[in-house]
Amino acid sequence: MTTTSISLSLEIWRQKDSRDKGDFETYTLINISTDMSFLEMLDVLNEQLTREGKDPVAFDHDCREGICGMCGVVINGIAHGPEPETTLCQLHMRHFNDGDTLVIEPFRSRAFPIRKDLVIDRSALDRIIQAGGYVSVNTGGTPDANAIPIPAPVAELAMDAASCIGCGACVASCPNGSAMLFTGAKISQLSLLPQGHPERHKRAMAMVTTMDKEGFGNCTNERECEAVCPKGISIRNIARMNREFVRASFLS
Amino acid sequence: MELNSNVPEGPLAEKWDTHRFASKLVNPANRRKYSVIVVGTGLAGASAAATLAEQGYEVQTFCIQDSPRRAHSISAQGGINAAKNYQNDGDSIQRLFYDTIKGGDFRSREANVYRLAQVSNAIIDQCVAQGVPFAREYGGTLANRSFGGAQVSRTFYARGQTGQQLLLGAYSTLSRQIHSGKVSMYPRKEMMELVLVDGKARGIITRDIITGELERYSADAVILATGGYGNAYFLSTNAMASNVTAIWRAHKKGAGFANPCFVQIHPTCIPVHGSFQSKLTLMSESLRNDGRVWVPKQPGDTRRAGSIPEDERDYYLESKYPSFGNLVPRDVASRNAKEQCDEGKGVGTTNLAVYLDFADAIKRDGETTILKKYGNLFQMYEKITDSNPLHEPMLIYPAVHYTMGGLWVDYNLMTTIPGLFAIGECNFSDHGANRLGASALMQGLADGYFIIGTSIAHYLGSGSLDPVNTDSREFTDSELQVQERIARLLRCCDGSPEGKVTVDEIHKELGLLLWDHCGMARNKEGLEKALAELPAIQEKFWNNVFIPGTGTELNQSLERAGRLADFLEFAEIMILDALERKESCGCHLREESQTEDHEALRDDAGYSHVSVWEYQGGQSAPTLHKEQLLFENVTPSQRSYK
Ligand SMILES: Cc1cc2nc3c(=O)[nH]c(=O)nc-3n(C[C@H](O)[C@H](O)[C@H](O)COP(=O)(O)OP(=O)(O)OC[C@H]3O[C@@H](n4cnc5c(N)ncnc54)[C@H](O)[C@@H]3O)c2cc1C
Ligand code: FES
Repeated sequence: MTTTSISLSLEIWRQKDSRDKGDFETYTLINISTDMSFLEMLDVLNEQLTREGKDPVAFDHDCREGICGMCGVVINGIAHGPEPETTLCQLHMRHFNDGDTLVIEPFRSRAFPIRKDLVIDRSALDRIIQAGGYVSVNTGGTPDANAIPIPAPVAELAMDAASCIGCGACVASCPNGSAMLFTGAKISQLSLLPQGHPERHKRAMAMVTTMDKEGFGNCTNERECEAVCPKGISIRNIARMNREFVRASFLS
Repeated sequence: MELNSNVPEGPLAEKWDTHRFASKLVNPANRRKYSVIVVGTGLAGASAAATLAEQGYEVQTFCIQDSPRRAHSISAQGGINAAKNYQNDGDSIQRLFYDTIKGGDFRSREANVYRLAQVSNAIIDQCVAQGVPFAREYGGTLANRSFGGAQVSRTFYARGQTGQQLLLGAYSTLSRQIHSGKVSMYPRKEMMELVLVDGKARGIITRDIITGELERYSADAVILATGGYGNAYFLSTNAMASNVTAIWRAHKKGAGFANPCFVQIHPTCIPVHGSFQSKLTLMSESLRNDGRVWVPKQPGDTRRAGSIPEDERDYYLESKYPSFGNLVPRDVASRNAKEQCDEGKGVGTTNLAVYLDFADAIKRDGETTILKKYGNLFQMYEKITDSNPLHEPMLIYPAVHYTMGGLWVDYNLMTTIPGLFAIGECNFSDHGANRLGASALMQGLADGYFIIGTSIAHYLGSGSLDPVNTDSREFTDSELQVQERIARLLRCCDGSPEGKVTVDEIHKELGLLLWDHCGMARNKEGLEKALAELPAIQEKFWNNVFIPGTGTELNQSLERAGRLADFLEFAEIMILDALERKESCGCHLREESQTEDHEALRDDAGYSHVSVWEYQGGQSAPTLHKEQLLFENVTPSQRSYK
């Protein structure tokens, strides 16, 4: 573990609110410890801006452990930055070099309006889940948890899909702004498990329709989503979703 | 302040049944006439909101994050307990009850803890029915692991992401109710004030995080599910937005605050690495199943771990606690790590760390086996520290993790304000002076799925509530209070920041004060010192904090400042409470109360009570009330891990 200090030039997207046009501004940071996380580097910038009486850069974050899905920006064209399977909050400055210029912008998509600087509105993803991303059981009166045996490999596959953190990097990276990796992951999880079967057709129809209605684009197999997904969600989930959808359309 | 626990009469095992039978009900057709506010969408809030909506109430739900799915519960790793006894290893409701109350060092209420154990099994059934992908055995049944403080295997898990999967389960049922129109979901709205009408909780004032607008919401009952206050210490394993604001504002309006000094400090976190550090990362406790904790015997030894020969290492937990070894409970492990570092034997660049070494386990079981168990944790550790635990021992140090204290609630989970309920980590109810691993998730979901519905029906069914109007004086006054407070925060922000301080600077100062004097080990002198130093920090904050921007826009500095302002006030009762409790118990060593061999000494004659603080307007000191704890079914024993 060797700690060094680097200096950076940051070109950051600044936009006052949803109506503002927005533009890049350039900042210089010196003495950034390579042990810092990317967000800690932004904290340092914001402390510096505050001391200069300037407006700090707004960015979303919460857990800083790679699980809540709140953080995320595009660094030099890559959502969540250069490290594979790593959220922005888990990205450390040791992956950058002294003198680097980093262009930092929000996740962009028609369906994700920008609220301020790097903060976006991803509520469209919530609405896809609201359309059908659940098993319709009320609290109480459920059978014993061991009543339905589920083979371990199936449970593991379902868990792979369920690992999605809903950050929206897949949408931001897709040339079509598609949310199919996100939607496919949820549909897959629930179609793999027996609990999800009674509603599988209704669910696939409702979620896919909502996805289109919210302004997300289609999948043309670019695989950019899979490449940037911080949780390594596989595009096999999209194939599974398509199968569910076709089956549902056929049967309805 | 009256503290009536409302614990039902009768034998322990029948109390919950008796209580449900005695509770009032609301006719299904009438439920839609009642509205309930739920603040928070973690495990407790999301499960409560969804369940109440299913039952027919009109629910309004609020959270700080941009989506309810991002509540802090998402980051829980290890698992959730239940008394299923699927492993046939002697578990039972009685045993889970006993372990939890003993783990809490006999500082919680028997009846509440017993009920928690009783409903634990239904939680697992519920989550499985929702499609939560718990780990399974090859035969298809659910898998369990064991967790600190228990001798049975009762913890259900979904890889190292149990909190995520349980929360996504609750979020999905909540989403279903949002879709059906029974829940109105308000993300990115922060509760700033509680509104009382005729002494009852009838609404809240929120601030829209995007626009800064203040808004009024009314209801027939208010449920707080706003999580823990560990961020009072600045550095903790909690998510950045975790706060005390909601429960502190409720406290200032009359809700008693119980055991504020009960804070859990987790032994296995990644140590602090610099002054820019923003939060601490937990490394699952399960690592202590195979890792050996040690420090060099010689203080000030600067050699690399690998160059220190076996006989110059001090495996201090193994030697001091031969029967439990590295698996001693969290508080014992934390305290001993601090002690070693205080003696100058700490390692790493800051000397505030101890080793957690897997070399022997790897020799014994092979790399593959160890990676299978801990691969994702090793990866996470390497990502953060750039060091591979397969080749070098991990560095760990204790960090603030969980707060057992919170709003005082009775058996119905109602606070001292009628119509105001507190569930999940923000109440004090089930964990006494120390929480066992994997039992916070259990409590959050027990409260939300299975308990609060009964309480709400009983409250709403017990008396008639007058209609309220958000234009009323009470709402207007409360909104004004919030406005004034925001204006006060922004007071010194015109002009130049010259000579001013930032929010984080003050927060770090407060954090350090609490960590040094109100952390794992406390003494009268230190606590008095902290109490004496606190006003100067508060003053510096109010007179000098610089917050760029305005109140009518997305302003993250202002959000943080508002939360810090509450932590600064709250810190006082935390320290007072610690000062008042002259015994060692649960997570804390009170240095004046130790056995001859420096182990914690509890004082049942003097402190077998819940300490409940009442706000007295800020000018006068808060007053202390006590709820005596009666143990009719268990006999408090001194813990011994030797
Ligand atoms: C790293 C880590 C690992 C853990 N692992 C485990 C484990 O393995 N097993 C276990 O049992 N426990 C574990 N815990 C503890 C457990 O995760 C928490 O105690 C539990 O999730 C708390 O849930 P909650 O619903 O009470 O609150 P939270 O999940 O904290 O939710 C709080 C909610 O309230 C909202 N809120 C807060 N303030 C306001 C306000 N003023 N206005 C509006 N909304 C507000 C937030 O937006 C959020 O939605 C862990 C904790 C941490 C930090
Ligand atoms: S802040 Fe939670 S995933 Fe990055």
